[in-house]
Amino acid sequence: MDFRWLHKYASPRDFYTWSLSLVPWLAGTCAVLFIVGLAGGLIYAPPDYQQGESFRIIYVHVPSAWMSLFIYMVMAGAGALGLIWHVKLGDMVARASAPVGAWFTFLALATGSLWGKPMWGTYWVWDARLTSELILLFLYLGYIALQGAIEDRRIAARAGAVLALVGTVNIPIVHYSVEWWNTLHQGPTVTKFDAPSIDTSMLIPLLIMSLAYTIYFFTIMLIRTRCEILEFERNTAWVKQRALGVEVG
Amino acid sequence: MDAEFFAMGGYAFYVWASYGLSAAVLIANAVLPRIREKSLLKKIAQSAREQ
Repeated sequence: MDFRWLHKYASPRDFYTWSLSLVPWLAGTCAVLFIVGLAGGLIYAPPDYQQGESFRIIYVHVPSAWMSLFIYMVMAGAGALGLIWHVKLGDMVARASAPVGAWFTFLALATGSLWGKPMWGTYWVWDARLTSELILLFLYLGYIALQGAIEDRRIAARAGAVLALVGTVNIPIVHYSVEWWNTLHQGPTVTKFDAPSIDTSMLIPLLIMSLAYTIYFFTIMLIRTRCEILEFERNTAWVKQRALGVEVG
Repeated sequence: MDAEFFAMGGYAFYVWASYGLSAAVLIANAVLPRIREKSLLKKIAQSAREQ
């Protein structure tokens, strides 16, 4: 197959330019969604009939957990573009995504722990969901460490992409862990085949928060990828011109 | 916004710690890359002028 079109659209220079005009729009949308989602989750949603007010942790826990899986797929997919089709921008997107994914995984674990203590009576338990999510954090940290350890950025990107692709085996394990094994963690409430077992007044803020988190990730990923481009292409004429233009203007 | 709201039905610590931690991580992850980009542009401009 001919993938030259991919290289044309994935030129770091074009990416840099259009991301500059896209980021303010994304950031604005994201801010509005966060305000609406937080108001919905903290004020308008009624307390849970079993968990009381503590269930409100769901609005920061579940979006973080979803993003931890989603960003991993973005990282592995972008890494594959770089590894298989030599799309440089793919390497840069993968590198830019990893720390954000690691932070969301950390948040999923930390907020889950803060939710577990009052509901389960413990901050931590070695059940399948928690353990596989912890492994996800280690996969991210391994990827980041690999990027830091290998000086040649192209080799680092290739090694990282291989690690990320092998690690995708953990993604379905995290997702289905609550169905495959008996876990203390509750089963799925939203992504079920029948109707979600959560009331609309509670579900809508959750969906808004998840959308806010998703747009947040893309906004930060664009900015971080711009940094990668600047570092990687610092000796090209267009980067120098842009840097000087910013300085003068 | 009243005391009852902040009390979160007795779960104040767990709820606000979750929201506070999330806010801190999200804000830091939004601010730091912007600072990095600015300093990168500055450094590249500096070395371009020296050439």
